[in-house]
Amino acid sequence: MAYLKRPLGISAAVLLVLVLGLALVAPLLWQERADAVHPNEILLGPSSAHPVGTDLLGRDILARVLVATRLSVGLALLATAIGVGVGLLLGTAPTLLGRRVGRWITAVINIAVAFPTLLLALFFAVIFGVGAKGAVLAIGFATAPAFARLTQTLAATISGRDFIAAARVAGVGRMRILLRHVLPNIAEPLVVSATMAAGSALLAFASLSFLGLGVQAPGYDWGRLLGEGLAQIYIHPAGALAAGVAVIVAAMAFNLTGEAVARGLVMINPDKPRSALVGKAEPLPGGGLLHVENLRVSYGDVTPVRGVSLTVGAGEAVGIVGESGSGKSLTALAIAQLIESPGRVDADRIEFLGEDLRHGDHRKLLGTSLAMVFQDPMTSLNPTHKVGRQLAEVAREHQGATRRAAWRRAVDRLAAVRIPDAERRARQLPHEFSGGMRQRAMIGMGVMASPRLIIADEPTTALDVTVQRRVLELLADVRAAEGAALLFISHDVTVVGQVCDRVLVMYAGRVVEDLPTASLAGGALHPYTQALVSAVPSMTTDRDRPLAVIPGRPPDPHALPAGCAYAPRCPLATERCLDEDPTLTVHDDGRRVACWHAEAHLEGAAS
Amino acid sequence: MRFGVRRTGRLVLSVWVLVTAAFLMIHVLPGDPVRASLGPTAPLSLIEQRRAAMGLDDPLWLQYVHYLGHLVTGDLGVSMTSGLPVDEVISSRLGSTVEMALLAFAVAVLISVPLGTIMAVLARSNKNRDWALTSAGVVVATIPEFLMAVGLVFVFSVQLGWTPVAGRSGPSSYILPVLALAIGPAFMLARIIRVELLSVLQADYIRTARAKRLRPAAVYLRHALPNALTATLTVGGLLLGALVAGTVLIENIFAWPGLGGTIVQSILAKDYPTVQGVVLVYGAGVLLINLVVDVALAVLDPRSAIRES
Repeated sequence: MAYLKRPLGISAAVLLVLVLGLALVAPLLWQERADAVHPNEILLGPSSAHPVGTDLLGRDILARVLVATRLSVGLALLATAIGVGVGLLLGTAPTLLGRRVGRWITAVINIAVAFPTLLLALFFAVIFGVGAKGAVLAIGFATAPAFARLTQTLAATISGRDFIAAARVAGVGRMRILLRHVLPNIAEPLVVSATMAAGSALLAFASLSFLGLGVQAPGYDWGRLLGEGLAQIYIHPAGALAAGVAVIVAAMAFNLTGEAVARGLVMINPDKPRSALVGKAEPLPGGGLLHVENLRVSYGDVTPVRGVSLTVGAGEAVGIVGESGSGKSLTALAIAQLIESPGRVDADRIEFLGEDLRHGDHRKLLGTSLAMVFQDPMTSLNPTHKVGRQLAEVAREHQGATRRAAWRRAVDRLAAVRIPDAERRARQLPHEFSGGMRQRAMIGMGVMASPRLIIADEPTTALDVTVQRRVLELLADVRAAEGAALLFISHDVTVVGQVCDRVLVMYAGRVVEDLPTASLAGGALHPYTQALVSAVPSMTTDRDRPLAVIPGRPPDPHALPAGCAYAPRCPLATERCLDEDPTLTVHDDGRRVACWHAEAHLEGAAS
Repeated sequence: MRFGVRRTGRLVLSVWVLVTAAFLMIHVLPGDPVRASLGPTAPLSLIEQRRAAMGLDDPLWLQYVHYLGHLVTGDLGVSMTSGLPVDEVISSRLGSTVEMALLAFAVAVLISVPLGTIMAVLARSNKNRDWALTSAGVVVATIPEFLMAVGLVFVFSVQLGWTPVAGRSGPSSYILPVLALAIGPAFMLARIIRVELLSVLQADYIRTARAKRLRPAAVYLRHALPNALTATLTVGGLLLGALVAGTVLIENIFAWPGLGGTIVQSILAKDYPTVQGVVLVYGAGVLLINLVVDVALAVLDPRSAIRES
């Protein structure tokens, strides 16, 4: 019952206990007072003797509202019980009676669910007759379809589970499966829904009694008191208001308790481990289109990107490789100014085409000169807009193009990214495109203006291999045609090798090596880069031997080690690696590497 | 096109269930409806005569056939209390009910879309105000329309004297009934729009829109809102259905000359042909709303038509 320990849960539960308690004791305490007629105290206002005043017969309204708790709540609970019972029967019937009968029952339930409860209640009120008994049955039957639907849905999810299949294979009967395996597993959500249904039943009952179809005089529940009070609302509003408040409070007690329990059922509240190390600035070679210095991205007390520095020269293709969680995608998003709250971006410098992106509004510059291509083309296009319109939007927004000019440009760009029949395709919605075609449309969107830099974040990961190749070729062509630079993010060192001039290797939120692609095979200095390269099987790899993998896992960003983040997995790790984090050092040839053993390596390679 | 066929099939089945349920309603109720309607003191000859006039002595299947035949021609029988044809009673009162329901729905939409959007924007910037607004929304949405009506009457008619307390006479008489019907669903819808918007704002295509450097307003209104609304529309349809049911109560509170008054009076008077006719009209109304919502969904989000199969 931990979920009742939160403020909302506690207040709701206390309120519910109070309402139920009142239902038990109120008639014992105040019945006489509520029924005592005082012909000379008719329709009095609030006084010390009658805190809410008196009604048409001089009876104390407060006492009547309190006493009515028992009938109102009791009848609502009774109706809920009927609704839950009938609903369970109908909802489990498809499981019990087999597919054919089940389908008919399901169809009827589906139709019944479409009608509002109150209309169903009115319908059943005609059949069961006017009065408290009829209203209980009517509301019970009216709530049954919704409950049946819920039972059915829950049972269907359980029926697919392995243990049910196992029981079925073992020859356990349907009834037994239902009682022993299905119902116990769906009991909790059903109880929650029943609690909330009781709140709704309370309101429905008040409605029927209010209309004169429920409790009949001389009996009275809140609905009836409300109806009687409304007739006198001009002279004496307290009567109607008191009953109204009672209905709302009681209904809310049920609803909120149900909701609190429901929230508790899905509530996950893991203890967050604390961290963290924020990296130091890295030295940076100069010159180029994009300059980033000491970029950090943090979410709360976790810092997945810890001081990345990089440059991209005009027309250059730079790759960022790393395992998932290395911070490569966040680095790309941060450069593109697309990190959203609660994420935080800090940097000593983010300069693109000479403009400082850290301050001010650069919408126009970024909208026309920076193109983004995202990982998953299936979800990256707006499903409700035509593809052409999504492209045209760029020209409308940043180039002030007319609707028609923007559309023509969009069609032209779609053709440029080799989408056949571009005119017709532009009028289609994204789901009519294949994955590869969508990614081409994304690239087309990027070249609506004339980008200086294309940031492609795993643009081929979600595509199958044959399509991957074409998309890569297209990227290369577009880059050549536009003279744009490319920042290419990938976990695949081979792909990066094919596309890029230079590679940045990221590990645990930092750049650990920055080297020309040509040096990847055989020339990498950082043991992590070497491991990445050797993990790629080639035509000459002995297929009888197990694939080379990097042992261990990337470090938890919540708890980074004090020294080199790669040290726990590194075959070269020494005492120093575990204690001291190596800085990214620039070497003579402009390469950068962060490893205590790199020097030794260099010397080893030279000799 | 497959969607159209499937949807029509479901509509036909639903109409059949509705029509048959309305027919059976009178036959499954305990005792003789004519005797119940005329009261215990009615002479036997009158009861016999009524039964014969209503065809209640025919075999059940024949009655069903006659009922269906009459229904096709729009003949809903004759009221047992007023002697007027039920279809005339309904057509004279249907308009004001439809008018109120549509007005209330329009008001609910007009309130909820901006409110829900504001709540979603707040949720991303100002946690405290978001919490306050969301909690207030939960409370308001829980208040049923008839209690809302009582509260509104108390404040605006009794305390302030701004609006008439009941009846339909001029524009000011619309304010309270329409508001009473609209406020609850408006807050409910706003909550859903908030949740849907927040989840849509996480979507990849919103990142794409932001990567295009659209103005924030264009991201919210052009890319996020329409996608959030498709999910909202499903709930909106359910709410509109519930709103139809709510008119029954509201009409009775405000003495509105619509079908809501008719159905309650005819249930109390055991005027079964009228009850049957009004139940059919309400049921047809709900089915129509569901149809409109499904078609609108299929148009707005073509994937929903595929997903449904």
